[in-house]
Amino acid sequence: MNGPTAFGSRFRRLGGLGSAREGAAHWWAQRLTALALVPLVFWFVASLAALTGAGHGEVVAWLRGPIAPVMMIALLAAGFHHLQLGLAEVIEDYVHNQAAKITLIIAVKGGAALCALVSILSVLRIALGP
Amino acid sequence: MAQDDRPLSPHLQVYRPQFTSVLSILHRMTGVALGLGALLLVYWLAAAAAGPQWFNGARAVAGSWLGWLVLVGFTWALFYHLCNGIRHLFWDIGMGFDLTVARLTGWCVVLASLALTGAAWVVGAGGLGGLP
Repeated sequence: MNGPTAFGSRFRRLGGLGSAREGAAHWWAQRLTALALVPLVFWFVASLAALTGAGHGEVVAWLRGPIAPVMMIALLAAGFHHLQLGLAEVIEDYVHNQAAKITLIIAVKGGAALCALVSILSVLRIALGP
Repeated sequence: MAQDDRPLSPHLQVYRPQFTSVLSILHRMTGVALGLGALLLVYWLAAAAAGPQWFNGARAVAGSWLGWLVLVGFTWALFYHLCNGIRHLFWDIGMGFDLTVARLTGWCVVLASLALTGAAWVVGAGGLGGLP
């Protein structure tokens, strides 16, 4: 793999500009969201464990506290981003039909964005509600 | 098609499963499962925002024995993916590749995920309403 073309692509790779022109962005985003999710998930499970069996009033009161809405929105944003990156990776590895692969990845990314939007708006509605 | 010329990955069908490879595929399986679990979280939050009637519906689903079983499963999947994810982050910085170390950290992940799941549900059982 020598010659001017190989050199050109190697030179591009140096600047993190692969064929997809995104370099290691996917890899980095997956790791950084993973790192952020470690404390967020511990907080989330501890909070839900404390809320086991809680009624509507208790959950609303919890989401109107000073910390819960911030942590919850951070968890949802990082979580759905991480989920969509991971699921896209799984689809890329196992689905080899190009049309099916692209359709599934678009569905996963769209679905994750929609889920993030619905859940974050729900938290905000409770946190900022009357 | 350029795709057909690419080298093939090792065929999983002819590989004898090993402890480390089982943990590896479990990381993916729990990750995919957590995608379904995330839908439950969306439902729970949307129901809480929609009002008490909706929330009580979600609470009834989560409070049933089947719901409880599913939630315990998701708790374990979450802790497994979290612990093994930390193991992956250490691999990313070049640590823990030695086979004996990889097996040892693998066992740590299995035991820690079970212990954390147990701890979460012991706390949950002592929570506001207790178990269903």
